[in-house]
Amino acid sequence: MSTATSTTRPERPVAEAGPSGWHRDRVERRLFSVVRPLTIAFLLLICLFPFYYMLLLSFRPLDAVLQDPGALWPSGGEVDPGTYGDVLRSTDDGGQGFLTFLRNSFVVAIGTVVLTLLVSVPGAYAVSRLDFFGRRQIGALFLGVYFFPAILLAIPLFVFFTRIEQRGTLTGLLVVYVAQVAAVSIYMLRNYFDTIPASIEEAAEIDGCTRLQTMWHVSLPLAMPAIASNALFIFMIAWNEFLFALLFLVEKRDNWTVSLGLSQLAGSIEVPTTVLMAGSVILTVPIIVLFFLSERWLAGGLTAGAEKG
Amino acid sequence: MTTGGPTGQAATLEAPERVPPGRRPRRAASTRVKQDRRTGYLLITPTFVIVFAMVVLPILWTISLAFQQVRLLNLRTTGVIGDYSLDNFTNVLTSPGFVDALVTTLIYSVGGTACAIGLGLAAALALRRPFRGRGLVRACMLVPYVAPVVAATFVWTTMLNPQFGIVNHYGTTLLGWDDPIAFLSSSKSIAPFGVDLHISQSLVTVVLFEAWRSFPFAFLFITARMQAIPDSLEEAATVDGATPTQRFRHIILPQLLPTIAVLTVLRFIWTFNNFDDIYLLTGGGAGTQVVAVRVFDYLINRGDIGAAAAQALVLAAILGVLVTIYLRLFGRREDVA
Repeated sequence: MSTATSTTRPERPVAEAGPSGWHRDRVERRLFSVVRPLTIAFLLLICLFPFYYMLLLSFRPLDAVLQDPGALWPSGGEVDPGTYGDVLRSTDDGGQGFLTFLRNSFVVAIGTVVLTLLVSVPGAYAVSRLDFFGRRQIGALFLGVYFFPAILLAIPLFVFFTRIEQRGTLTGLLVVYVAQVAAVSIYMLRNYFDTIPASIEEAAEIDGCTRLQTMWHVSLPLAMPAIASNALFIFMIAWNEFLFALLFLVEKRDNWTVSLGLSQLAGSIEVPTTVLMAGSVILTVPIIVLFFLSERWLAGGLTAGAEKG
Repeated sequence: MTTGGPTGQAATLEAPERVPPGRRPRRAASTRVKQDRRTGYLLITPTFVIVFAMVVLPILWTISLAFQQVRLLNLRTTGVIGDYSLDNFTNVLTSPGFVDALVTTLIYSVGGTACAIGLGLAAALALRRPFRGRGLVRACMLVPYVAPVVAATFVWTTMLNPQFGIVNHYGTTLLGWDDPIAFLSSSKSIAPFGVDLHISQSLVTVVLFEAWRSFPFAFLFITARMQAIPDSLEEAATVDGATPTQRFRHIILPQLLPTIAVLTVLRFIWTFNNFDDIYLLTGGGAGTQVVAVRVFDYLINRGDIGAAAAQALVLAAILGVLVTIYLRLFGRREDVA
């Protein structure tokens, strides 16, 4: 960690360097003491305001927004949570069916997490620990794959899933997602396995464990924080994904994810913007909550891992 | 717990858990190596199969498709062995708008990468010294990056809306704009200081959006590298009378350059291939049609799979060339520094 060094430094031998240098130093320090908080304020504004605006619009009635677009908070009695009901209700009940979309998104995202971890945890362990032919080449292959644009992959997958008539299904989408994130997941987990000292595993070996036993009882528990943060990472990717959902699911409204549903309805004139803002909030909140939860917990998990090591 | 690996293995692992480990004589060193190799193959196989089937094969298939006349209509009758020709490539490369799309893609990725890294660097410098609440501020900086792209584009489209968008509202009432600006649908080219740059207002908007969305990534990378710079270097420079900008220029920046070089490659690749943001913001209209959006247009709206595949391949090839050139240039410079 960097520590506070120069800002409150009492001695300033710079003064001896000549009046002009001293002057410039002081001017710059003054300048930055003003610029720094301004920069932070500006960055906070651009990072948070759009999301505040999203929340604000989701609670304001549409005609109020049209009359007074500049309002930064809802005036008295203006708060109207009815938009959330509109957006969540099924289409049969006159809503937009986001509850179904939410369920689809959760199914796909959680399925992707589970399947990816089942595939990538053993894979990462193998790449990190075991010496087998082609181990390095596999690492390079996995990374090289990511230099190709998603749209390039999307074409043959689109053709393939059309042919086997799986294009509108969530299963098809899930398989694609797993393939998309498996390599990154392996890469992240491998780095973590590399940091676990081999001596711990050797101790287990001396006690007579086989490789798989060592992996299961020693390395996996140690790698739990990394696996958990990796799981969150995969969940975020799968939850936020848009292109493949658009290509595969667009014709089947029942299978839309929240991202796809929002993007499809955003262009239409019939659905009020405020209702779709409620949809945006619903799409964004799980991710933001997960992110802020994992922020703290992640730091705790990592330090715990260090103590054990 | 979902971390077991293939279920069969998990079952065999549970059994001997509490059994006192008996030493088997056959575990000689060479047997161990052989076993490791076998276990290695076993563990990597699922990943390999899925990545091969869903990533490597599709790439090969794209190459095959790019050389055939495949349309959505005759999709069911085309096989891997078909009539191969270069027609798609000649059609794509000579079709009107392809070069424009390529130039747009370049402007978008160079502009987006540069702005994102610049903003990320500014953020990392501003948050360098500890202050109360820095952890929270830092977390907030990452929000645009983790938020779903569809929600982010939707809220910005609404904010920039000419009729009731908040940006245009305050622009016209507070900043004295004559008319609301159609940020996302205006093909009017911008002309700073009277110089016509042939860059539409919408393209500038999507570049700035890209900077907003991906600066947190640069911020994370740069912050991590900054924390590794030893304080003693800067302290020595301060003692020698270096001002803050001099310390940045001669001490911090040189340490950050390799990180910035890597960031540039990564961000450039991702921005170059980016589809979601532009498709959702402008649909590719008003001078913002990048190649990825054009590929989508050929695939879905025109149903011309062959031409779409050919364009995607050209995109990947150009990207490969650009990245190679960059790595050559910067690989050298890093060695010197």
